Amino acid sequence: MFSFVIRRILQALLVLLVVGLVAFAMFNFIGDPIDNMLGQERTQEDVDRLKERLGLDQPFVVQYAKFLLAAAQGNFGVSYEQGRPVADILAERAPATLELAAVSGVFALTLGIVLGVFTAIRRDGFWANVIMTLSLVGVSLPTFLIGILLIYLFSVELDWLPSFGRGDTVQIGGWSTGLLTTSGLTALILPSITLGLYQMTLIMRLVRSEMLEVMRQDYIRFARARGLSERTVTFRHALKNTMVPVITVTGLQLGSLIAFAIITESVFQWPGMGLLFINAIQFVDIPVMAAYLMMISVMFVAINLIVDILYVAVDPRLRT
Amino acid sequence: MALLNIRDLTVEFPTRRKVFKAVNAACLTVEPGEIHGLVGESGAGKSTIGAAVMGLLERPGHITGGTIAYREDEISGLDDEAMRKLRGRKISMIFQDPLTSLNPLFTIRQQLTETIIANLKVGKVDADARALALLQRVDIPDPETRLDQYPHQFSGGMRQRVVIALALCSEPEVIIADEPTTALDVAVQAQILELIRDLAVERQVGVILITHDMGVIADTTDRVTVMYDGSVVESGPTAQVLGQPEHDYTKSLIAAVPRPNRKVHRFPQVSYGGRMTSFAIEEIAKGWPVREAPEGALVSVAGVTKRFAEKGGLLPWQRRHFKAVDDVSFDIVPGEVFGVVGESGSGKSTIARVISGLYRADGGNIYFDGRLVSEPSDKEAIRAFRQDIQMIFQDPYSSLNPRMRVDDIVAEPIKHHGLLSGHAAKLRVGELLEQVGLGADAAAKYPHEFSGGQRQRISIARALATQPKFLICDEPTSALDVSIQAQILNILKDLQEHLGLTMLFISHDLPVVRQMCDRVAVMKQGRIVELQETEALFSDAKENYTRELLSLMPRMSDVSDEVQLPDY
Repeated sequence: MFSFVIRRILQALLVLLVVGLVAFAMFNFIGDPIDNMLGQERTQEDVDRLKERLGLDQPFVVQYAKFLLAAAQGNFGVSYEQGRPVADILAERAPATLELAAVSGVFALTLGIVLGVFTAIRRDGFWANVIMTLSLVGVSLPTFLIGILLIYLFSVELDWLPSFGRGDTVQIGGWSTGLLTTSGLTALILPSITLGLYQMTLIMRLVRSEMLEVMRQDYIRFARARGLSERTVTFRHALKNTMVPVITVTGLQLGSLIAFAIITESVFQWPGMGLLFINAIQFVDIPVMAAYLMMISVMFVAINLIVDILYVAVDPRLRT
Repeated sequence: MALLNIRDLTVEFPTRRKVFKAVNAACLTVEPGEIHGLVGESGAGKSTIGAAVMGLLERPGHITGGTIAYREDEISGLDDEAMRKLRGRKISMIFQDPLTSLNPLFTIRQQLTETIIANLKVGKVDADARALALLQRVDIPDPETRLDQYPHQFSGGMRQRVVIALALCSEPEVIIADEPTTALDVAVQAQILELIRDLAVERQVGVILITHDMGVIADTTDRVTVMYDGSVVESGPTAQVLGQPEHDYTKSLIAAVPRPNRKVHRFPQVSYGGRMTSFAIEEIAKGWPVREAPEGALVSVAGVTKRFAEKGGLLPWQRRHFKAVDDVSFDIVPGEVFGVVGESGSGKSTIARVISGLYRADGGNIYFDGRLVSEPSDKEAIRAFRQDIQMIFQDPYSSLNPRMRVDDIVAEPIKHHGLLSGHAAKLRVGELLEQVGLGADAAAKYPHEFSGGQRQRISIARALATQPKFLICDEPTSALDVSIQAQILNILKDLQEHLGLTMLFISHDLPVVRQMCDRVAVMKQGRIVELQETEALFSDAKENYTRELLSLMPRMSDVSDEVQLPDY
């Protein structure tokens, strides 16, 4: 178990090194920072001095090592656009995205599992068929369209829910939360449904097919033959076995919730990291883009690590 | 009063096109303390009877006629809830595969106590005590520690004991054992059958023992019912049915069983209901190249060792290996059938895979026709070797690619070795399929359209496609019914006799080995413990281990030696 975790962490570090290389390469290949920082009126001497001050005259490997070292300490330099440290800007924006991702993740997981189990047990029932048909809509409609449709229905026509922004937020330490105010909570509803709908239908369909597969297994028949109640068989024996593959896929999906928040955040003008990233691309704000890239990859890697450990926790066959 | 009384039971599975009658007016009774064998080939409906008694028929199957009575009460019409009260409490079931019948994610304790609590309505403490007592009853050593382990930490035989303990949770009066020992080694099979026997005597439990294995029936059961195609064809005391079979089907079934006590030239090719398929060995022999037999051994295995990682580790010294094959040497001379027997895990399949090049040996050498073939350096030797050697695997379901058409499967080795191309290859494939008795129109079909025996014929056609000198058969018939097994074994004998094919024949089934092999190597824990001429081995084994294995063979003393075969 211990050596397994160590090995996974080493692999994770390797992934981060490669992503770091890509992020770092952006500085060199997308525009020239010297050009950006010095105006038209410059001498060769100015250029050389700035190059030396920024360390751009050093070999590529040294620059890369310095970048990694700084990044590891949370220092991604200064935003070209806003002139403030990137770390500060990200810290400001992160709570919005993380709260959105967390709420839609919980929504996707609970509803996905509940509906998945329901449609598996009542596989030929009327409601199960209705849900399965509707889920096709959830899988096939693009996120931005769902967002716009929801805004049109609930904000424009019915005027029940706000169409953009986070509502009122409360500052707790360095973290701004929208979970403690009514307007903050109502503002979360539409974006988190938009973001989580695709994952929800995906998890539901996965749980359903896995559950149907598990219900055909010998140990389920044997559990019935032992005289256990249908409830014990379904929710104790079948569900736990269903969860093993579901955990893997779900873990990856939760990672993409944060990554795909970009689209949802643009539709709902949600002041999170995704929106920041879109703006950064427009302004070719490379430090912000690089930092965002690094941050997303850290999250993906961390989630994958947790998934692997969970996997071992659920399945005793992997503990040896 | 019989414990269980099944009268004219009919079970139907409606399908889109027609209604399939899985069981047709079957009658069966079980008395207390009696083991009633239910025997027949796959598809005969014996498992369906078991499932019907348990009320666990797979949808859309349902009982359409007849009655099942437990003591005085009819139980065939009960609803799910009432049936559930009976299941586990009065009637228990043991399934075939102990690997899949326990939930892998729960400890043995959890699975035992939940069953005890559900059935006996006792508290946690009492349930725990009973769980421990049950494990002791089924002779699991060190039960206190074993209780908190997971199923994967048990061997196959131990798992089947746990399954039996689970079936015993609430003192059932009837146990339905559906092929309880099919997935187990002979030694373990003998122990499990003895345990079931003891339970029947000691607790006066009535047992229905469903099996396809005549040896198990002969050694274990008091009465036997023979089924064919959903109907009972014969029923009576075991000694009488096996000794003086009356029905033609029973006769042909008994004739096809390989005997442990004598060697026959060919198995009687009798098939009830006209399922016999031909095999055109003369045709194959006509087109077979005549080759000089090499001097000395065709295949020579010299000090081969194969290790597998038992426990992976970050650091090399944390890793642990076990030797699946440990310094094994033998020669196979041209034209002989060389048998390898042993229990599961003895390394017999591994050695086959090492010889064929599927695994690379960690030590030692393999020579074929005098050339070294275990080192990949000599490309030309390897290429020629691969053409001269073919394999037939145990499972005819997983050894054929389900997405490939049969003609592509059979043509693959021909094309891989560049023997024929295009139209010529196609003709050759048609010929081969015709010769193995499948007919040329099998070419356009997919593997799932064939039965187990037919698929094994496809495997044989594929193996013959390159006209090899050496054939490796890894448990070629252990997934097949006896009558089909007899056909396939006859085919293999034909191949050896008419084509002079040399074979490595791997099996755990000693009677089959006796019929097939010229010499036999007995393997145990990766090593060869004894190597002898077959007849000498069976009549006069030198090693204790071999004698022990031989003593575990079903004796089949009741089985009639001279069955009067009906004429067709």
